[in-house]
Amino acid sequence: MDDPTQATRGSRTAPVIEPGYTFATITDKISSIVLTRPVSNGWLVGFGVGFLITMMLLYAMGYLFLRGVGIWGVNIPVGWGFAIVNFVWWIGIGHAGTLISAILLLLRQQWRNSINRFAEAMTLFAVACAGMFPVLHLGRPWLAYWLFPYPNSMNYWPQFRSPLVWDVFAVSTYFTISLVFWFIGLIPDLATLRDRAENKWAAIIYGILAMGWRGSARHWKRYETAYLLLAGLATPLVLSVHTVVSFDFAIAILPGWHTTIFPPYFVAGAIYSGFAMVLMLAIPIRKFYGLEDFITQRHLENSAKVMLATGLIVAYGYAMEAFMNWYGGNPYDNYLLWNRLHGPYAPIYCALLFCNIVFPQVLWFRKWRTNPGLLFLVSFVVLVGMWLERFIIVVVSLHRDFQTSSWGMYYPTKWDWMTYIGTLGFFMAAFFLFIRILPMISIFEMRTLLPEAKEVKAE
Amino acid sequence: MAQIFHRSTNTISRATIFGAVFIVAFLFWAAAQVQRSPYVTYAGVVRPQPVPFSHQHHVAGLGIDCRYCHTSVEESRFAGIPPTKTCMNCHAQVWTKASLLEPVRESLRTDKSLVWTRVNDLPDFVYFDHSIHIHKGVGCDTCHGPVDRMPMMYNYGSLLMEWCLNCHRAPEKNLRPREQVFNMRYQQPSSDNPVLLDGRSFSDQDSLGTYLVTKYKVRTVADITSCDTCHR
Repeated sequence: MDDPTQATRGSRTAPVIEPGYTFATITDKISSIVLTRPVSNGWLVGFGVGFLITMMLLYAMGYLFLRGVGIWGVNIPVGWGFAIVNFVWWIGIGHAGTLISAILLLLRQQWRNSINRFAEAMTLFAVACAGMFPVLHLGRPWLAYWLFPYPNSMNYWPQFRSPLVWDVFAVSTYFTISLVFWFIGLIPDLATLRDRAENKWAAIIYGILAMGWRGSARHWKRYETAYLLLAGLATPLVLSVHTVVSFDFAIAILPGWHTTIFPPYFVAGAIYSGFAMVLMLAIPIRKFYGLEDFITQRHLENSAKVMLATGLIVAYGYAMEAFMNWYGGNPYDNYLLWNRLHGPYAPIYCALLFCNIVFPQVLWFRKWRTNPGLLFLVSFVVLVGMWLERFIIVVVSLHRDFQTSSWGMYYPTKWDWMTYIGTLGFFMAAFFLFIRILPMISIFEMRTLLPEAKEVKAE
Repeated sequence: MAQIFHRSTNTISRATIFGAVFIVAFLFWAAAQVQRSPYVTYAGVVRPQPVPFSHQHHVAGLGIDCRYCHTSVEESRFAGIPPTKTCMNCHAQVWTKASLLEPVRESLRTDKSLVWTRVNDLPDFVYFDHSIHIHKGVGCDTCHGPVDRMPMMYNYGSLLMEWCLNCHRAPEKNLRPREQVFNMRYQQPSSDNPVLLDGRSFSDQDSLGTYLVTKYKVRTVADITSCDTCHR
């Protein structure tokens, strides 16, 4: 392969790492953010805001445990509401991290090396946010462990034919694999931090986490095998987790849910929103921490291209849904289409079409695709759009089903909003902590991008 | 630079990771044991009552039938707690001066019921019906245990859902002829002690149970283990 520090296609494509770095300067630059850089006011404000919003989340959760789900806007006929909307949204966001860390690793896409670490952290925090919602949504959240098959005193297993139980396995497997993958990926860098830490306690804590890593040839050989195996394990999860999430809907017989296109279209939507979140994190981070040399124009552009491609798959999904609703000739499906376009939630449906299909088309143009400010805006719009999509799927199908006598409306309450915004705050606070205490870019994988690394290999 | 960790850390960390497997397994095992222990289920634990009424004395000693007090057990969901007047049928004549029985006499004078502590108390989300069990040939002592040997009442079973389901999944293991339902000393058939029914002699529970399932038209296991059989 060509030297990745050099532009591969003339001067039009930016390199994955700017020239002029050595092994030592890469290590210095990334580890100093954690070890020597003083805590800045910007960080304090960002973390503080996230922390306060997390406190609001805890307050909303505490009140929910006291009073029950009646404080939310859910009722019959719309029994799913914000909790499931947010669950699907968050878990979708996580998918980009796994795609970057596992699939792009197997495909030897070197540009992943500078964004995989924080994308994986994003996955973990997003899955943690997602995981809260189904549990909060249970009438008796303290019995959530009933979802797991364990030898219980009821002498009963969970209903294995229910996609909600598949969800439990999909999400818990996903979280476990993501955590292990992330941690294994961190070990060599934790050892670097251990060796460089000035503070005794920092050295001890990083030392415990590094699990005795010395960087010997034997370590590296085993390490790379383990990392590849985990990547192989994580790869199917990128497709399976959101497929199972889509089964929550597709297995049901409601118009708008009971379609076979759901799994691929959910997976594409997940990666779409995930890359939007990656960009929303990467653009400020590279600016505030001066990491433009590591997270280059190339990364932003590639992520934008992935968004454009998955966005088009999502658009195809919408088109096919609408077409089948009409072509299928089922009056209920027909009505669903009419209801989406003209019903009480029509403005939301139109906003979703704008956010997910119309606006992101600006990414076709290289000039705009390489403009970080505009990319940030597109990412934000896509994240809003993908949230609206889940709102439409959950609420519009439920609020008017087969019998007009059981129609109703869904209005979120302030507790719904507090819980949703609360998880955003939790995500933010967790991410701010992450960038202060762990290397947000993989040091050892960045070093493999240097020309020196190739020369050593050639010898 | 000095090493951060002593050499022994290697061994300690290996032992910790290896040991964690057993510690976690032990915690799960302990939780399962506590859940099924009398500490949670109160099985075998005597509860204080306003009057120390002895089932042993009244059932085994005097030979009073269950239905003398629990009058609605054959017709109703609820077996029935006797009114004070049932007690006074006898205690107007015997032990009229006993101080232990003063709460009973006071209840009659003031027309206020005795407040017994319920012992066999299923959760409120469980629908349980005594009459159907009796009509299908489930003996009192199958669930309530040797009441005729209980000076003070305690619950015999754990009342956990697994306890209900163990029988609902294999009802033939516990059925007996209807005439024997209130017999507190009934023995399941054996070759030494066969049960005679409808001109046939049953020398083991399997054949008797299977016969009774048909004879009493006990519904299928799928029916009686369906969620809404008990959680209506």
